[in-house]
Amino acid sequence: MAKSRDHFRIGTGAGFSADRLDPALDLAKRGELDVLVMECLGERTVAFAHRDRMANPALGYNSHLERRMKVLLAPCREAGTRIITNMGAANPRAAAERTLAIARGLGLQGLRIACIEGDDVSRNVPRDTPMMDEPGTLADIDMPIVGMNAYLGAEAILPALEAGADVVIGGRLADPSMFLAPLAHRFGWSAEDTDRMGAGSLVGHLMECGMQITGGYFADPGFKDVPDLSQCGYPIAEVADDGSAVITKLPGTGGRVSTATVKEQLLYEVHDPARYLTPDVTADFSRVRVDAAGDDRVRVSGAAGRTRPTQLKVTVGFDAGFQGEAGVSYAGPGALERGRLAAQIVGERLRNVHRFNGPVRINVIGESSLFANAETPVADTQDVRLHVALRSRSKEDAETMLWEVESLLCCGPAGGGGFRGAIVPAVMTKSVLIDRQRVKPSMEMFVA
Amino acid sequence: MSAPRKNARRIVRDIAHARAGDKGNTSSVNIWVYDPADFELLKRSVTAERLKRTFPNVIRGKVERYVLENLHGLNFVLHDALEGGVNSSLNLDSHGKSWSYLILGLELADPLAAPGGAGR
Repeated sequence: MAKSRDHFRIGTGAGFSADRLDPALDLAKRGELDVLVMECLGERTVAFAHRDRMANPALGYNSHLERRMKVLLAPCREAGTRIITNMGAANPRAAAERTLAIARGLGLQGLRIACIEGDDVSRNVPRDTPMMDEPGTLADIDMPIVGMNAYLGAEAILPALEAGADVVIGGRLADPSMFLAPLAHRFGWSAEDTDRMGAGSLVGHLMECGMQITGGYFADPGFKDVPDLSQCGYPIAEVADDGSAVITKLPGTGGRVSTATVKEQLLYEVHDPARYLTPDVTADFSRVRVDAAGDDRVRVSGAAGRTRPTQLKVTVGFDAGFQGEAGVSYAGPGALERGRLAAQIVGERLRNVHRFNGPVRINVIGESSLFANAETPVADTQDVRLHVALRSRSKEDAETMLWEVESLLCCGPAGGGGFRGAIVPAVMTKSVLIDRQRVKPSMEMFVA
Repeated sequence: MSAPRKNARRIVRDIAHARAGDKGNTSSVNIWVYDPADFELLKRSVTAERLKRTFPNVIRGKVERYVLENLHGLNFVLHDALEGGVNSSLNLDSHGKSWSYLILGLELADPLAAPGGAGR
């Protein structure tokens, strides 16, 4: 820790649950980082993790945790880099215990692994709690609840850092808070210093999606070209005591850091730029400056903040049964007409023969699928695919749909091929608010 | 950086880039001009009213627009625009990641028209 320089150096080693591992190892080895953050939790992933835990109480954490920790623990310890992650998902304790076993297996004696709990509020939220951004209450949803997680802020992470944790593992740690906490710890920022809370949250917000600021989710050939995207590097933030930062990446990696990549991420998933709510602050990004500062270097400054919200957001996950998806392809002359006929047949069979009146979506990929409801004009094509998606509490409904789509091979339009179908568990999530006094984060240290 | 298409009406993609994100059943799309000189044209071309009018079956709720004058960008918040959200939508793209290109595909307003004359 405590590298001899005046800025603090944070890298992102994952920006979502399935993010790449090899560029994280590159950062761990060459990044000279103070902290490596792995952000691996979303509204979907936490709900699915609860289902995993219900099926097996030893699971419910990120399915890539073991591979990530086996690769990253030793180089991070050697470099004096702390790891902070929400890979614990629905089961931080099991994730911490698994990490402890991996550390022991690697001979990393004395490695300190902090487990943060208290985000599971399923016993504190009554069913008559109103929804956050829609009418009704939780009781209006006729599905079993699988889990409820409150977003924990920097103050839940700080005790682990103060206790000298090398690895911090939590569940629903808020994305920007995993970056803000080590900054507040290093620079001694007070929670009442709302402008610095806002500045540190901006750093976290920019960094939390990993490569989305270094050229990922950005390239548009001929308009926004990005070099060597298959070798894209994860981002690094060099943060100063005043909260301003330079966003960059390792030399020799692919991708690009430009004012354009930074601006797209600045407002990613943001509604009112002057009012971005986190557990730590009401952040104000409306007067942020974004300035080029050299090759793959962009300086960000000017974030501010006001008093933090009195309530915390809670993601409530429901068991929504099953989702089935299936498809058949048509190519060559008349492919579009044959695909449309196939769509019509499946719709009629599900409705008239199987009397299914639940949620189903039937699209012809190549004609119109993602934008189907937008009614945008589409080009003619000779390569289309029928795509059917259906959700039901009954697995049999999903099986029936797959059966119907497969039956098109012999019973449908000419030349249909390439049937594939899959049924996966479905979850649904809603958001509610809870008074922050009712959420009690806790920390426990495991030592290898 | 951009390569205007020949023999075609210019679209938003010719002057701006965009990114879409989701929270629950709400989509947000931020749009930035490559050249600050095009910012007024972008503001006239992409209005909350136009998005609501053009995509009524995608955007079921209200549309809010935030203007970042200093960075030459717009941020749109599209309410009830994700068929229930990532865990409910049966759209292949249940996050609405492609909504950025729905907007980038809109034709630009006539650059010579008076302000307020955003096209259909």
